[in-house]
Amino acid sequence: MTAETTARPVDAEELRRRTAELLAAHPPATTERLDFLRARFAAGLAWVHFPEGLGGLGAPRALQAVVDEELAAAGAPDNDPGRIGIGLGMAAPTILRYGTEEQRQRFLPPLWTGEEVWCQLFSEPGAGSDLAGLATRAVRDGDSWVVDGQKVWTSGAHKSRWAILIARTDPDAPKHRGITYFLCDMTDPGVEVRPLRQITGEAEFNEVFLTGVRIPDSRRLGEVGEGWKVAQTTLMNERVAIGGNRIPREGGMIGVAAADWRERPELRTHDLHQRLLRLWVEAEVARLTGERLRQQLIQGQPGPEGSGMKLSFARLAQEISGWEVEFLAEDGLTYDSWTHTGSDVLSFTGREAGYRYLRAKGNSIEGGTSEVLLNIVAERVLGLPSEPRTDKDVAWKDLPR
Amino acid sequence: MTDQQTLADATASELPEGPDLLYSEPEDDLRAAVRSLLADRGGPAAVLAELEAGRTHDAALWRSLATDIGAAGLLVPEKLGGQGAGPREAAVVLEELGRAVTPVPYLTSAVLAVTALLGCDTGQDEVARLLAALAAGERIGVLALPLPTAPAGPLEPPVRAGADGALLGTVASVADAAAADVLLVPVRAADGIELYAVDTDAPGLHIETVTPLDLTRPLARVTFDGAAGRRLAGSDRAGAAVRRALLTGAGLLASEQLGIAEWCLTELVEYTKQRHQFGRPVGSFQALKHRMAALWLEVVSARAAARNAADALATDSADAPVAVAVAQAYCAPVAVRAAEECLQLHGGIGMTWEHPVHVFLKRAKSDEIALGAPGRHRASLAELVDLTAP
Repeated sequence: MTAETTARPVDAEELRRRTAELLAAHPPATTERLDFLRARFAAGLAWVHFPEGLGGLGAPRALQAVVDEELAAAGAPDNDPGRIGIGLGMAAPTILRYGTEEQRQRFLPPLWTGEEVWCQLFSEPGAGSDLAGLATRAVRDGDSWVVDGQKVWTSGAHKSRWAILIARTDPDAPKHRGITYFLCDMTDPGVEVRPLRQITGEAEFNEVFLTGVRIPDSRRLGEVGEGWKVAQTTLMNERVAIGGNRIPREGGMIGVAAADWRERPELRTHDLHQRLLRLWVEAEVARLTGERLRQQLIQGQPGPEGSGMKLSFARLAQEISGWEVEFLAEDGLTYDSWTHTGSDVLSFTGREAGYRYLRAKGNSIEGGTSEVLLNIVAERVLGLPSEPRTDKDVAWKDLPR
Repeated sequence: MTDQQTLADATASELPEGPDLLYSEPEDDLRAAVRSLLADRGGPAAVLAELEAGRTHDAALWRSLATDIGAAGLLVPEKLGGQGAGPREAAVVLEELGRAVTPVPYLTSAVLAVTALLGCDTGQDEVARLLAALAAGERIGVLALPLPTAPAGPLEPPVRAGADGALLGTVASVADAAAADVLLVPVRAADGIELYAVDTDAPGLHIETVTPLDLTRPLARVTFDGAAGRRLAGSDRAGAAVRRALLTGAGLLASEQLGIAEWCLTELVEYTKQRHQFGRPVGSFQALKHRMAALWLEVVSARAAARNAADALATDSADAPVAVAVAQAYCAPVAVRAAEECLQLHGGIGMTWEHPVHVFLKRAKSDEIALGAPGRHRASLAELVDLTAP
């Protein structure tokens, strides 16, 4: 990079210029998809808010839209973000914040291009809302850690090359202090992935059994015993990823229900009409609340509203999809298929009403149950006192399980 | 990386520029001025004392608010004697008035009456004079319609005018009529409605106060028994002017409801942090905490809905009827629920006259009916967004 280009401020105009350069050097029509994505990463146009040398230019995050628009207009391939959501939304920000320079250089480029897919090994059968109670053990053995345990609710485990993993490294410490964060190789022979069939009939998630999995200490992220702190970066991004995007009016589940109402006059009743109107108002207000939050963020005045958006989203998705099944009457009695294998990209508004109804049940559980989120709002936003706890200062091994 | 950044990412979108849902700096300054004025007056405790003393309209406070701060003229262009601001700013004033359950005729005079006058021919002397007087806070004007009148409902005023302008008829539930200097009277005509002005000291006008549920918004039954009216607008514009006034009033009432809900939530959280039972603050029990967190989310949502309505009115957006109906359908029940939760979670003290929560409850419940109950607004939405009834 020349002195001239680094001296320029990275504003929208500069990003357009650099995007044009990228397109000129690697015309999408004659460049292999992967070659183009690698070139884009090298040019710092992958995620412009990331540092230089790691796919970004240290530019304001909002300017990513400028690059995306220019590239889309030129017919350039994207990195299929729906397929690598956990890598982009959860692993990447955590590796950026806590990774060594070597880890960042090793993992971020193929993560962004999609050459390496990531999954998350956090929840366990015995550690859901109380994630810090997790029991998967990692024992130091020379330059490695040996990991044994069981993880659950892992999406895309069978397609993933890497996983972000938290495991207990010190059972004698209180539970939040004995956890360490690792990057786990999913091709290791001790990793066994079993599909977990859910109430929709499909297996969107997996159980992952870890038996004597050896992880080199060089794939530890953050300090030993600091894993809980590192995981907060990951989890904060997950909660926002579910329910925080800008949508047009009738853009979500309510749009499907409203379309049903317009198309099926023979099914209308006064009761369903009244309930639909209430839901429509609530969905529109939830949309506006998300929009207001977005505007606050752009102005650099973040509000605590984000903590609540997922609560609204989950409740509305459930109520609206329940309304829809009832509205459809005889059609609501049927289900498209209990053996559906599912697609790579999850869509809450996809498939038929029965699927949407059942899938929405997960919205108030995944990424933090609504009950836990209400506690978070009450304690962190409203400043209400926490419940008395008996598990905070006790060695993890002495806690009842 | 933070969640803030993740959300800012959502700017990558082809959606058209949306409404401005934030508060501008001048709006924040205005809020600070109004809040400081109301705090000097003593807030809810002073309101209670005034109500007990039988004074439902605080004339001195009205002068400070309307004239000194200039809040009465926010909706009026400068060339017509106002401040040249708009509905966004008036909404901020109403938030503060709601938060303090202030008994002043702001919604009725500075919003409803002023907007109705702005819909008349402001080049006409009588209209311009009245508008300037209302904008300056020198006179108080009130639209002679029942408080529950919704913007989209049928407009069939019970008053008729004789050939000489003498008005005949009775209007019930007129808010702030007893405090008014002039009534703006929608009158039924052969081809729609007309708008008349009647001074409240005119012979043939009887204003009978009734005992209201909400003592902070006095109601009266107004009888026109040949009172002399001056015609402000004919049927060519009076109907639209009155409807615009009702739409603006309903949209901005959402901000008052937001203010009520905010006070109730804040009071509730503070109280449950202090109040101990079973050896711990009652606010530490999940059963209560979850209710307060749910209420917080409703208040946050009500703010977005209220700002959206104010902005749609300020920009004269074609979406204003939808934005207003959504805001009323949503914010009215939130204010009521906030007051009800505030009362319940206070336990016994919440049931006493001494504690101010009942003033908020009564205002919230009365506001729910004002300018169309939520069901009426949902019914308008059914038409507006093509979700027609069976």
